[in-house]
Amino acid sequence: MSTRSFGQPVKRNEDRKLLTGQALFVDDVELPGMLHVAFLRSQVAHARIVGIDVSKALQRPGVIAAWTAADLGAYWRHGPLLVPPPPIPGTIFHERTQVPLAKDKVRHVGEPLVMVVAESRYIAEDALDDIDVELEALDAVVDLERALEASSARVHDDLDSNVSAHVHQSKGNYVAAAAKAHCILKRRFLYEHGISSPIETRGVVANWDARASQMTIWDTTQAPVFVRNGLAAMLGLNERNVRVVAPFVGGGFGPKIMMFYPEEVLLPWASMRLNRPLKWIEDRLEHFFATTHERGQIHDAEIAIAADGRILGVKDMFLHDGGAYDPYGLTVPINSQCTLLGPYVIANYDSTFTQVFTNLPIVTPYRGAGRQHGVFVIERLLDLAAHELGIDRAEIRRINLIPPEAFPYNNEIIYQDFAPLSYDSGNYEPVLDMALEAIGYAGFKAAQAEARAQGRYIGLGLACYVEGTGIGPYEGAKVQVQSNGKVSIATGIGTQGQGHFTVFAQIAAEQLGVAVTDIDVVTGDTDQFYWGAGTFASRGAVVAGNAVNEAAKVVRQKALKLAGELFECSEDDLVLENGKVSITGVPGQFITLGDLAGRANPMRGAVKPGTEPGLEATQYFGPPSGATANGVHAMIVEMDPRTFDLKILKYVVVHDCGTVINPMILAGQIHGGVAQGIGNAFFEKLAWDDQGQLLNASLADYLLPTSLDVPRMELSHTVTPSPLNPMGIKGAGEAGAIPVGPLFAQAIEDALDLPSRGIELLEIPLSPSRLYELTRKGERS
Amino acid sequence: MDNDLHDIALTVNGAAYNGRVESRLLLSDFLRHDLKLAGTHVGCEHGVCGACTVLLDGEPVRSCLMLAVQANGHAISTIEGLASPAGDYTPLQQAMHDHHGLQCGYCTPGILMTMTAFLDEHASPSEDEVREALSGNLCRCTGYQNIVDAVMTAASRMRG
Repeated sequence: MSTRSFGQPVKRNEDRKLLTGQALFVDDVELPGMLHVAFLRSQVAHARIVGIDVSKALQRPGVIAAWTAADLGAYWRHGPLLVPPPPIPGTIFHERTQVPLAKDKVRHVGEPLVMVVAESRYIAEDALDDIDVELEALDAVVDLERALEASSARVHDDLDSNVSAHVHQSKGNYVAAAAKAHCILKRRFLYEHGISSPIETRGVVANWDARASQMTIWDTTQAPVFVRNGLAAMLGLNERNVRVVAPFVGGGFGPKIMMFYPEEVLLPWASMRLNRPLKWIEDRLEHFFATTHERGQIHDAEIAIAADGRILGVKDMFLHDGGAYDPYGLTVPINSQCTLLGPYVIANYDSTFTQVFTNLPIVTPYRGAGRQHGVFVIERLLDLAAHELGIDRAEIRRINLIPPEAFPYNNEIIYQDFAPLSYDSGNYEPVLDMALEAIGYAGFKAAQAEARAQGRYIGLGLACYVEGTGIGPYEGAKVQVQSNGKVSIATGIGTQGQGHFTVFAQIAAEQLGVAVTDIDVVTGDTDQFYWGAGTFASRGAVVAGNAVNEAAKVVRQKALKLAGELFECSEDDLVLENGKVSITGVPGQFITLGDLAGRANPMRGAVKPGTEPGLEATQYFGPPSGATANGVHAMIVEMDPRTFDLKILKYVVVHDCGTVINPMILAGQIHGGVAQGIGNAFFEKLAWDDQGQLLNASLADYLLPTSLDVPRMELSHTVTPSPLNPMGIKGAGEAGAIPVGPLFAQAIEDALDLPSRGIELLEIPLSPSRLYELTRKGERS
Repeated sequence: MDNDLHDIALTVNGAAYNGRVESRLLLSDFLRHDLKLAGTHVGCEHGVCGACTVLLDGEPVRSCLMLAVQANGHAISTIEGLASPAGDYTPLQQAMHDHHGLQCGYCTPGILMTMTAFLDEHASPSEDEVREALSGNLCRCTGYQNIVDAVMTAASRMRG
């Protein structure tokens, strides 16, 4: 087909608006009479609220309102449980969800206390200083282990401990396997993941039009349909009277999906009360507290290993920092628990975790969503085993890989999508081989020795991983040919830079024989597409992409049927390409898709019963379970042994995410993921004191990687299609970010020859200052 | 309440603007909300992320760290003024499109303005020089590689 674009590095449809400053982001919405909102937030992590006096604020010229929890009346209620716990027998889960404004007690720094509405943002922020708040400070719950001691303060007074959840999952019989082990290696691992810190913070604009009975909300959400449904219920409106628009959104990476952020609940309510449009835009300081984090886990893990390096079993007990409330259920720790199994045959697994309430901001998924933590544990355990047994680190991975004939591979335990963890397809060994070849593994030891002779410290890291992607429940898409011949696609998911405007167009172009540039995609507007779940878990291309494909197929059939009737010929004699339907072998005999669309919506005459007007179709796609992607990252670093300055000399990613729609956009996803992984591994650490105060809440102190820190990456791919969807796609959004922590730990150990000095790197992040501490401590012991 | 107001006159992308602003009004807010030139984005409001970078008499400045009154009498350039009135991209815009140098696009305005000024003074930059010049602009999506490639390509095309 001359217009074929599927699988090609097609340039993006959405770029023009973004490159010329014409794209609409939430803060760009300007409405007549708009008011501005600022929130007074708790500066204390844990306290009883004794009193709040807003009277001085209300006297400030330009201030319209200042509301506390008491002013919300019956509208004040706990948020919904966004993701209930999976049906794992024996699971303990205490649901304690967030509230719009704190009442009685504050449970983390940044929890909102007062909503101020004013004529400008400047005045609203001035008014925050006018408010008197009396808080009675309580001991803050920060340390995960101390949180579980009987003497600890309690985040939720009505619970008898700070346990949010407790889950045990197992496969096989770890105890029996361990009894046969050549050796058992047990360590404690600490893994902290930070904040997603998109360059656009969160924001909400709400506009109640009383005459039209219409609520319009512009929201930086990744899940507009859920927000629409939830807010309609809360506001007592029909869903049809609420429109949620997630326009261009400046990065999300997970935390822009919540139900609900307090601001999402409060602005629409206030707009109805005041009959005015309102805007709230989070500032960067607020973002450190008011947007969710991912944060840390403590793992006590052991591996039972045979003399030849085969894994006999793994046992893990971990604590997961859930923050002050648990609206996202168990998604993050379940991902850690499941993804620890990685691409390896682990017949016996025993894993228990406790999710702990702390007086810190809420934890929800951030790109990788707990997978990093699990991958760090298994990859480090394999490195320890390789060292113990004197086996090459690539070899110990190779002999434990799931063989290609074992797919679908059932890991038995329950995954975040409630289905048993099953890998749909994969061929792992070639991916490892390609990565070893690309990084120059065979010749590295000699190169390392040569460098060392010159006084240079270089080291190599190698890490394998799988990523569960593309989970259900479903997405839908409406594909429509317009009478000007252009095609429009609408889908319910939101978009935050993933290239949806292009890849969905490529999918439809494949079916409809039109140019990608003639296809207009709308995402994230609930008036354009009513149903959907959202953009998360690397599922946009898989789930919404397949829905677009199914809808476009139906439109194709409609076009051919209509043209067949027009030309009085068999549909088999027709060809659809270049925006028109032609009769094979009859040059000049054709009709354009646009003209067909016009004929499908006639002004006069009778149509046959059962005929739908227009060239349009809506279809839904829901996979039975997630598709499992896999990959190997390898890198060579050079370390300064005194300052621990680190330079990445080479970085290789080999990845398999099934059928590739657009290799250019896929590469961009990998690049960005790796950059965030590097931030996680080496730069980004939320520094809390023991009272739950964040000590580095600015981008000058919390360091995101810059162009000087992220290296050039060499990517290659293998393609093992997923059998779970017709296009064979697997997700790729999180793949870059997941294995970077263990890669750093291994490469740094290798460069500095730490294992021979008895020093093991069992935590992330590893900043230069932390490496200094760890190596000094190791030498003292 | 402070309501000391100042009359200012400046040009933005060659067009003259007159305004009456509070002394504390940030240049970024003036551009975005008073002049409705919302192409300039605000990422951190403390001068680190670089998203709000505009050109002041040709030099990159962070519009979140400047007051609107300080722009009085100066010429400001923003992303809206880069492409020709007919919509033709500058070499840098074209190269960013060609190399997939943007994903969510939120940091893009600042990167375009910073690197436009850089290319004006560096016809044949090395990759290291490009990375150094870019290092004051944070991007959370791309990992920078494609932006670096775009700047190198733009430089090459501008040399002809």
